[in-house]
Amino acid sequence: MSKSVPKETSDAPAKNSPIIKIRNFDFAYGDAQALFDINMDIYEKEVTAFIGPSGCGKSTFLRCFNRMNDLIDIASIKNGEIGISGVNIYEKEIDVIELRKHVGMVFQKSNPFPKSIYENVAYGLRIQNIKKKSEIDAVVEECLRSAALWDEVKDRLNESALGMSGGQQQRLCIARALAVRPRILLMDEPCSALDPIATAKIEELIYELKKQYTIIIVTHSMQQAARVSDRTAFFYLGKLIEYGQTDQIFMNPNDEKTEAYISGRFG
Amino acid sequence: MKRFYQQELEDIRTKLVLIGEKAKEAANIATEGFLENDLEKLKRAIEMDKAIDQLEAEIDQESVRYITLRSPVSIDVRYILVAIKASHDLERAGDEAEKIALQAKKILSKDGVSGETAAIGTMNTLASSMMQDAITAFIEEDIELARDVIARDKEVNKLNKENFKFFSQGPESDRTENATHFQKIFISKSIERIADHAKNLAEEVIYLLTGP
Repeated sequence: MSKSVPKETSDAPAKNSPIIKIRNFDFAYGDAQALFDINMDIYEKEVTAFIGPSGCGKSTFLRCFNRMNDLIDIASIKNGEIGISGVNIYEKEIDVIELRKHVGMVFQKSNPFPKSIYENVAYGLRIQNIKKKSEIDAVVEECLRSAALWDEVKDRLNESALGMSGGQQQRLCIARALAVRPRILLMDEPCSALDPIATAKIEELIYELKKQYTIIIVTHSMQQAARVSDRTAFFYLGKLIEYGQTDQIFMNPNDEKTEAYISGRFG
Repeated sequence: MKRFYQQELEDIRTKLVLIGEKAKEAANIATEGFLENDLEKLKRAIEMDKAIDQLEAEIDQESVRYITLRSPVSIDVRYILVAIKASHDLERAGDEAEKIALQAKKILSKDGVSGETAAIGTMNTLASSMMQDAITAFIEEDIELARDVIARDKEVNKLNKENFKFFSQGPESDRTENATHFQKIFISKSIERIADHAKNLAEEVIYLLTGP
């Protein structure tokens, strides 16, 4: 079995070191193979974008990083491994709850709990049995600040999160994900339901958050991938077609399928 | 809301101002070298061309990157188009400065001195001030100044024609054995071209500010 890392299509040296290493990864829903022999490295404190047409496997792949696919009965890993900080997350002894603390996730549709703004962020701390109010207060403020939301909500922390705008709810979900101190944030089309201003705020936030977190974003918007990411991976029919520095992928892709997709000629 | 990539546009702007300053300086040094019989200045003007070419390549590359990755619209996309066009004009102005220096070197190597210079000095003063004002119009987004630069090009053209007449039909043209009048015509033409590039830059500033 080959363990070689796929050739990255740009020669630029990696600024950061890999935090996730994917090797020979095959994934299936029942008999239908969804991902074929994926090999790639995801770099620490960078934004990596997954792009590709619907059904190409990019969201499936994203959900493999915190084992969200475990919740689907017919989902199975056929081969290969995903290593995060040197540990294969599909080993039997891995505590999935613990894994998901390290690998937070923000979904396409914002999904705040039907609780106050404060409680949404505090929730992750409470289930970790942290009870000291001053400690929780500090983390709630820090996370709301990190999510660029504090100034907008500091005077109404006890109001229901469901009364916030869509963009604010999405940023609240990011704040909630940050509260448990993840190292990696997965974002599955986080702006697809947002207007351009709310989208711009999330993109600004992603730019700020990458100073501290490793971010993987699935997006249908190629403009968004181009704007926010350091590296881009193009998937097609479950295969990783091309992966490289975002500049190179969008300005001078090596694969003709990538070229056709990013220029809107198929997909 | 200021976007995180706004700085990239600022960086292109800074480089555009820098290439403009360098092109203007190269033209001045080359013409001064000619008028003052100063080979050292001519050498410096020739050497400056490489840095000007390099800046143009960087502006080009960064502009293409910006268009590809940042999806600019409205004034931002005009800004990028102007950056590409203006940097090309300024690079060409740098080439003209190099040509002036090379022609001047030929003259000095033959005659030792520049000799009769007709209106070349006056032309250079005018072209240099046009270039400076075109850069200022770009920095300060000053449409009136840009229009003024465009209007001044006629005077440079007129002087160039006079120079051509002087060097082709006047006493300089009689020196067939050691003819440097052709070089002087070329120098005059290069200064006229530098003024044209300043005029182009001014037109590009107007396009930037008013749109198509």
